[in-house]
Amino acid sequence: MAASSRAQVLRLYRALLRESQRFSGYNYRTYAIRRIRDAFRENKNVADSAKIEELLKKAKANLEVIQRQVTIDQLYSTEKLVIESPGNT
Amino acid sequence: SGRASDGSGAPRPLYMDVQATTPLDPRVLDSMLPYLTAYYGNPHSRTHAYGWESEAAMENARRQVADLIGADSREIIFTSGATESNNMAIKGVARFYKSRKKHIITTQTEHKCVLDSCRSLETEGFRVTYLPVKKNGLIDLKELEAAFQPDTSLVSVMTVNNEIGVKQPIHDIGEICRARKVFFHTDAAQAIGKIPMDVNNMKIDLMSISGHKIYGPKGVGALYVRRRPRVRLEPLQSGGGQERGLRSGTVPTPLAVGLGAACEVAQQEMEYDHKRILQLAERLVTKIMNEVPDVVMNGDREHRYPGCINLSFAYVEGESLLMALKDVALSSGSACTSASLEPSYVLRAIGTDEDLAHSSIRFGIGRFTTEEEVDYTVQKCIQHVKRLREMSPLWEMVQDGIDLKSIKWTQH
Repeated sequence: MAASSRAQVLRLYRALLRESQRFSGYNYRTYAIRRIRDAFRENKNVADSAKIEELLKKAKANLEVIQRQVTIDQLYSTEKLVIESPGNT
Repeated sequence: SGRASDGSGAPRPLYMDVQATTPLDPRVLDSMLPYLTAYYGNPHSRTHAYGWESEAAMENARRQVADLIGADSREIIFTSGATESNNMAIKGVARFYKSRKKHIITTQTEHKCVLDSCRSLETEGFRVTYLPVKKNGLIDLKELEAAFQPDTSLVSVMTVNNEIGVKQPIHDIGEICRARKVFFHTDAAQAIGKIPMDVNNMKIDLMSISGHKIYGPKGVGALYVRRRPRVRLEPLQSGGGQERGLRSGTVPTPLAVGLGAACEVAQQEMEYDHKRILQLAERLVTKIMNEVPDVVMNGDREHRYPGCINLSFAYVEGESLLMALKDVALSSGSACTSASLEPSYVLRAIGTDEDLAHSSIRFGIGRFTTEEEVDYTVQKCIQHVKRLREMSPLWEMVQDGIDLKSIKWTQH
């Protein structure tokens, strides 16, 4: 894939993960991180540029969803789960 | 920020009760919020933009629900949930065709609202056959075939059972019903979005759908009503004629949008979720059964949805185990019957011994369940089962080789 495209994908990937870390709810946080990693891994060998374009568009839209939902999750946060401890995902 | 509703500040239990309800998927909440804030129009208002945009959202949601099950949009009716859908389907079909058809077939393991709807029809003069299930929880197709009568109007069999997770042979049931020109209704609340459902492949004529079982909002569901061949229903709820006259009342746009989004997300994530949930379920069952003897899985091992696991721990009282597992949200039997002290009728129907029925716990694994949560649950479960058994005189007797069934208990 083109160098600029590759950089773009990596930027989006990092942004998605970074934003997902901000979920205060354990289950949403772990799901988002896991899902993003698995989705990017699954699509890492896609060569068709139209397909890549489409996937990037979806990723950008998902980033915006995560940004909004992280905000709400933090506004309405509650106690941690019994298995969470400081430093744990 | 919000705190625990009891103000305690204590850490929250893990949620392992997805058959009772599921959390909203953030993607679903995101789709709903605009309709809970700026776009608050009534979708049936014909004369202004508020109405038009609300209607467009509702119709889009209808299409999303239809797409998940291979139906046409016009075949989807929004309801307040699967309970209403079940009531509509069963009472509606029975009453519409009552001049010529007076018989209904269902199973003993259906959800309470199906069984109760049938009982209520019996008081109206209908006859109902409640098919028993085999020890594995599945119906016997030969018994189904034998149950048909010349005036049977409807067969109702749930796809996936909410207590034990068994999956009925829907394809075969659909074939049998179609061949006899009898309508086939299925309560698919625990199945849609989790396993592939196609109303044409499976020859389903009516299907009940629940929002809050598939990471959608509570208070909304849908009823699929086939148009070809046409299924007629007597409506339960009268009013302005919304939803093709079958279900009057303003369709709650934000809830419908949420249901639609939940269906679309489920369709995209079905394969990924199923693979993970299967893995986690096998992990849970294997770990528990390797560590603890005398554990029975209720319901067929093969024909099941993996995310619903019902285990009986012999010589341990179910309620005590649930209390001990206070850091994990679990249940024994279904939420709708937990008020009474009676063991689950589903477990009774599969022939579970009284004492084993009282020793059952249902584990629910869903889209957001982590491996960590499964491991914690397994560890606590093993720990407390062992501890409770240590305290049990029955367990001691069993260890000494005494056959409990041979004991003559005395009256005092």
